[in-house]
Amino acid sequence: MAIILKVNGRSYPLDLDPTTPLLYALSDDLQLNGPKFGCGLGQCGACTVIVKGQAVRSCVTTVKSVEGYDITTLEGLGTPERPHPIQQAFIDEQAAQCGFCLNGVIMTAKAFLDKNPKATEAEIQQAMSGVLCRCFTNVRMLRAIAQYGKATAR
Amino acid sequence: MKLHRRDFLKASGGLIVSFSLRAQGPLQGSPPLNQLDSWIAIAADGSITAYSGKEELGQGISTAQQQLVAEELSVPFNRVKLIYCDTALTPDQAHTSGSQSHPANFNTDNLAQAGATAREALFRMASQKLGVPVDRLTASNGVISNGSQQVTYGELVQGKKFSLVLDPKAKRKSPSEWTVLGKPIPRPDLPDLVTGKFEFVHNVRLPDMLHGRVVRPPFLDATVSSVDESSVAGMPGLVKVVVKKNFVGVVAEKPWQAIQAAAKLKVTWNPGPPLPDQATFHDSLRKLPARDTLMVDSGDVEQKLSGAATVVKATYLHPYQMHGSMGSSCAVADVRDDKATIYSATQAVWYQKNTSAMILGLKPENVHVIFRRGSGCYGVNGADTVTYDAAILSQAVGRPVRVQLTRKDEMAFENYGPAYVIDQRAALDSSGNITTWDHESWSPGLGNRPGTNRPGNIITGSLLGFPPADFAPQSAGPAPARVNNNSNGVPSYLAAVTGVVQSGRVRTHAVESRFFTGPLRSPARLQNTFAHESFMDELAAKVKADPVEYRLRHLRDARLKEVLSAAAKTATWETRPSPKSGNRKTGIATGRGAASVLYEGNNGYTALVAEIEVNQDTGKIVVKRMVAASDVGPISNPDGLRNQVEGGALQGLSRCLGEEVTWDTAKVTSVDWRTYHSLPLGFEVPKIDAVLINRTEGEVMGAGETSITLVAAAIGNAIFDATGARIRQVPFTAERIKAALAARA
Repeated sequence: MAIILKVNGRSYPLDLDPTTPLLYALSDDLQLNGPKFGCGLGQCGACTVIVKGQAVRSCVTTVKSVEGYDITTLEGLGTPERPHPIQQAFIDEQAAQCGFCLNGVIMTAKAFLDKNPKATEAEIQQAMSGVLCRCFTNVRMLRAIAQYGKATAR
Repeated sequence: MKLHRRDFLKASGGLIVSFSLRAQGPLQGSPPLNQLDSWIAIAADGSITAYSGKEELGQGISTAQQQLVAEELSVPFNRVKLIYCDTALTPDQAHTSGSQSHPANFNTDNLAQAGATAREALFRMASQKLGVPVDRLTASNGVISNGSQQVTYGELVQGKKFSLVLDPKAKRKSPSEWTVLGKPIPRPDLPDLVTGKFEFVHNVRLPDMLHGRVVRPPFLDATVSSVDESSVAGMPGLVKVVVKKNFVGVVAEKPWQAIQAAAKLKVTWNPGPPLPDQATFHDSLRKLPARDTLMVDSGDVEQKLSGAATVVKATYLHPYQMHGSMGSSCAVADVRDDKATIYSATQAVWYQKNTSAMILGLKPENVHVIFRRGSGCYGVNGADTVTYDAAILSQAVGRPVRVQLTRKDEMAFENYGPAYVIDQRAALDSSGNITTWDHESWSPGLGNRPGTNRPGNIITGSLLGFPPADFAPQSAGPAPARVNNNSNGVPSYLAAVTGVVQSGRVRTHAVESRFFTGPLRSPARLQNTFAHESFMDELAAKVKADPVEYRLRHLRDARLKEVLSAAAKTATWETRPSPKSGNRKTGIATGRGAASVLYEGNNGYTALVAEIEVNQDTGKIVVKRMVAASDVGPISNPDGLRNQVEGGALQGLSRCLGEEVTWDTAKVTSVDWRTYHSLPLGFEVPKIDAVLINRTEGEVMGAGETSITLVAAAIGNAIFDATGARIRQVPFTAERIKAALAARA
């Protein structure tokens, strides 16, 4: 069945079972490396994309339910040569170890701070409480998020 | 070649033996470790490629290795291209594990010595070419010159091989000369990582690739009774159902099709024997047949204990814990006819090559294993087992197959970090000093890393019918003349290692586990150190001594004392006994705790001070600050070291506050992030101060497992300081803390 997904500003007609989780369409059909399978249960954040300004867990979201909406993945923010300010903040803070969680951390933080630019440290912590980093790069990541928050609030 | 620490490991205690044991040299076919060309190539255009058998897992070692080669060859950081862990290209350096990459490649062997050998060779060539003595030449940016004449590396080497043996006398650059090494060079992989360009093993996509899904047993040790292939007949995209002994999997055109087919496939299983009751599990370990080891024995322990004025005893319990990688493990294999190409996040590509050949029935020389980064592993996670999964499924269909495990399959069949029961006894003299220390531990083990020839040490190999390493009960031989404290089974305070106490004994009992076990960051060392450093605090409290002063009093090793003092100083440690006087018995109480250790007995000095708040009504802990001091010799990259120290401290906190493998009568029940309790990214994260002592004159040591080793003890000691309640079982759940508070005298 043809499903049209709008990802990072482009439309892709895809022949998919409408119950297919969005994550598989992104990582397999569109060959994007940003969104990742972490748990498949919506518990860790690794698969997060942004739809209508909201952080969405693509592993538990069917392609049918987001058809026609603008979907932004990590690749849609910036490139290694021209990173988005939140991506730059993570580079500045050297906020990674293995890097597998970065997609979920960056996309969740961006969606939250873009809507709540004046969020306090405690509110950021709360917003990031459903996201995992098993290397526990928390200190640097929360610092990078705060740096982006400050820049957004200005 | 000089003997390495790992050559001495046979004498060390219990299960730890095989964690890092390397019985033989590099495997057949590996570029020889003593040849310069195995490590460094300089092309005609002057570009430099370095080859290493130690891989980037997220710990920052590739950045440091690139710095090392750039430094020794006097070129900028980004002039060096580093290739690691590809069996067609790089030397076999066994596992990337055990905090061994730095000691292996940054001292006077391997990559470091290759760099020094290459530099001296280039200077000799330049001297000949320019007719100028070596001591009149300098190198900079890939050019050797005497001021008036110059020649580039590319012109000297002309794309040829060096054909030189590593020169043990080639002089490494002194840390005082360093301009690249020792600097906080940013990691070159970050821009690709933060923008989604980076290719993890999960992102390897081969032409014509199919997607596999394994069907694991629903119960531990269950065996296949029957597989009804008609249950999935005609499902869209299904290519094949694969059954080999107890291994069951499906292959389909697309991931979602494979997932649906695996879910629908009807498999009948014979259940395995029931699992032991978790409530009484720790005690049951004491009664099992055991492989016993005597790590140290002064021969007078019982005598000193029976004659002592004061004897203190305590038992410490540690659970099975899991690696719990953020991304479930994934691999891609292309097995056709008699050849295999495998993309794997294994920590040992050469061993994976050997054991994949075994399960596939191929010759090892026909198997090519290429490392691609996976999700952080912290030891032997599912990376090896999923590599076998992909290889078997690919072989069955003759096309490339990608397999990624489900969250549950990752967590239910891991090689867990083993549980421990540790009894401690010590005698004190009239001035409160320790006169003897007796340590006895029980720990279950099964399987391990596959090593060179044991695919049955992990779940997929076992399902395919390969047995795990044998377990044979055995009574202890005599204690070795020279103590090997690789497992940190021996407390720091014994004179046999880093302390002053002359009398002591350490006995370990390895028993059989129903669950697979294997190295998890700071294996055995973390559990032993939790028991030692908690018990040391109990002894200090018994004699009303300050816990730091009491440690220093019983230590001999100057560097260990210095690192502990440095942590205490930065934490503005207040000298006084624990518990803190004047704290109320209800509501919030604050306290601090310390711990220190020489990791693996010779691989990293580390000390930690934790400052916490305990809510005595709820049992909830908030850690306000952690000060982690480390002395790991000359620092290659201070920011990389800091990142490891910070991450280790918080991973240790997660492990000590919540992480515990659970099971019922038939299966593991901690199978996702609701049932296995990890701290998330957003919590009340403590302030972390990493105090880095840069010991430029010493040997390079490991740094990846130092801070994590101390966290449970430091937090437990801080809980005692705040409340007077001693907690001796990890994890420190709110329920256990409340129980300990209720048990206060």
